[in-house]
Amino acid sequence: MILELNEQQNMIRNMVREFAEKEVKPKAAELDEKEEYPHEAIKRMAELGILGAIIPQEYEGAGLDHVTYSVIIEEISRACASTGVVTSVHNSLTAWPIIKYGTEEQKKKYLPILARGEKIGAFGGTEANAGSDLGAMQTTAELKGDKYIINGSKTFITSGPKAGIIIVFAVTNKEAGPKGISAFIVENDFKGYGIGGIFHKLGINASLQSELVFENMEVPKENLLGKEGEGFKIALSTLDGGRIGIAAQAVGIAQAALDESITYSMQRQQFGKPISKFQAIQWMIAEMATRIEAARFLVRYAAYQEDAGNRISKEAAMAKLFAAETATWCADRAIQVFGGYGYIKEYPVERLFRDARITGIYEGTSEVMKMVIAGSLLR
Amino acid sequence: MNIVVCAKQVVDVGEIKVNPSTNKPVLEGIPKKISDIDKNAVEEAIRIKEKLGGKITVMTVGPPDAKDKMKELLAMGADEAVLIPRPQGADYHIVSKLLSKGIKKLGDVDLVLCGEASIDMFSGQVGPRIAGFLDWPQLTYSFKVEAEAGKVKACRNMGDRMVVTEASCPAVLTVTKEINEPRLPSLMQILGSARKPIHDWTVSELGMDGETARVLERDLRGVKMERKNIVFKDDLDEAVAQLAERLAKEGLLG
Repeated sequence: MILELNEQQNMIRNMVREFAEKEVKPKAAELDEKEEYPHEAIKRMAELGILGAIIPQEYEGAGLDHVTYSVIIEEISRACASTGVVTSVHNSLTAWPIIKYGTEEQKKKYLPILARGEKIGAFGGTEANAGSDLGAMQTTAELKGDKYIINGSKTFITSGPKAGIIIVFAVTNKEAGPKGISAFIVENDFKGYGIGGIFHKLGINASLQSELVFENMEVPKENLLGKEGEGFKIALSTLDGGRIGIAAQAVGIAQAALDESITYSMQRQQFGKPISKFQAIQWMIAEMATRIEAARFLVRYAAYQEDAGNRISKEAAMAKLFAAETATWCADRAIQVFGGYGYIKEYPVERLFRDARITGIYEGTSEVMKMVIAGSLLR
Repeated sequence: MNIVVCAKQVVDVGEIKVNPSTNKPVLEGIPKKISDIDKNAVEEAIRIKEKLGGKITVMTVGPPDAKDKMKELLAMGADEAVLIPRPQGADYHIVSKLLSKGIKKLGDVDLVLCGEASIDMFSGQVGPRIAGFLDWPQLTYSFKVEAEAGKVKACRNMGDRMVVTEASCPAVLTVTKEINEPRLPSLMQILGSARKPIHDWTVSELGMDGETARVLERDLRGVKMERKNIVFKDDLDEAVAQLAERLAKEGLLG
């Protein structure tokens, strides 16, 4: 394994960094404040190929490896964590399961639409009573003629109010437990598809999360993803990959916290000199940088294993656990470096602090990550 | 319309620090990039190509590692690139002559585009010197360009006035930062750039062996920036006079 990015990966990182700095970062605070979806950034990301980053080239994507993909998500999240998670859910949680489990017809129909950004992707797994315990979901799907009829609701769905292609999980066989869950590719204009309430949150306010409500929703039989009963497996393996995206998002937030802390501490004068001259600040900066580097390499390692075709449950869980805690810790330290200015909205670190917190919760809480890691060690 | 864009790899001047004991800029370990205004020239070339067709060749005089950065220009939309090694101690005369010989060797060139100046040395000499060597008309400091088959018209920033100049092709144009916003390449364009050729041409094959520099670089010094913390707050006229006096004393008024 090579720890350094190659020339092409560097070019891609530079392009995405320039895009993020010029077009995403300047709007991040305003979109957060207004709880407004990053439509413009998404349009531009479609033009730049970012929405199809991991989609194979034969389906109009860029066909990138996951190491490069993690770099892209990190750079976007460094500018705006909300835009980062929208991109991650679109690629990792929507395109990926279609790439991995879809039929040729499904791939041909849906992947180019996702790559072109004509429709945004979402992942309908979580329900009010099925969060970490995804197997407890109650949404049902019943085959009637050539259609599945889906009833139930999903909650906390990222991009819910804006999504056009949603991977929905529902129970097709109640007796079979998790093995009775199936996955479906759902379009937002299917009869019976509805958007429920939009949540007001602590952070990542520009990425909208809502409920999805299905009332006798009609899904063509050919939109079953994988086989009946494979849904739980599809969900877990998809979330393994999704965790690379969220871990990369966390690294991006942490890096932004460090960037801001360095710039501010070198300018802010107290006791007649920049506060960066004080060891108290230097130690915070040093520790932030070290944790970020460690988190970044864990993410790259998980991505590298994914590219090698290996099972990544443990590696992705370790990366997400550590990166999420790093993001939260670094954002907290950044506020400390800024002092009172860190606590007010005119400076960016309070947003980083709010945005960082979700990374230890969604796509598997830190506690679930520990369950996954321990589960793979204590067999 | 076949276009050559001359692009220079420079150090990222925003990252340069000056060694306080020697007063020399520390250039080692500073990230490199394509000079910003040269990217404007590439962008303008792409826009002309989109309208009139043709081919864009990026030409660089520089070290071997410039290839990495030249690929960014290929990703943006240039078709091919030529790298000519920079001879030790080369001055503007040699660099411009190498480029002009390169342009001649390439042949069938309608337009040469350069940035008005590079962001590191900012001499603004290379474009006009190339025009001189080739004996082609030059339209410097262009901030708006209209190209048609066989001719080109440019609005040029002459400081206190704007001048519109038209020239027949072949011609040399230098552009300013205001002319456009250079595009970002898409992921697919970046991946595609790996397949575009970067040719290595030698100084000898351009017939420039033994050419000596006219200007020798003796030393490079950084400008130290520090706050003097002097505040003039009396009567405005008096303050201006005092400020001028202080600036003169510091040797900053010519």
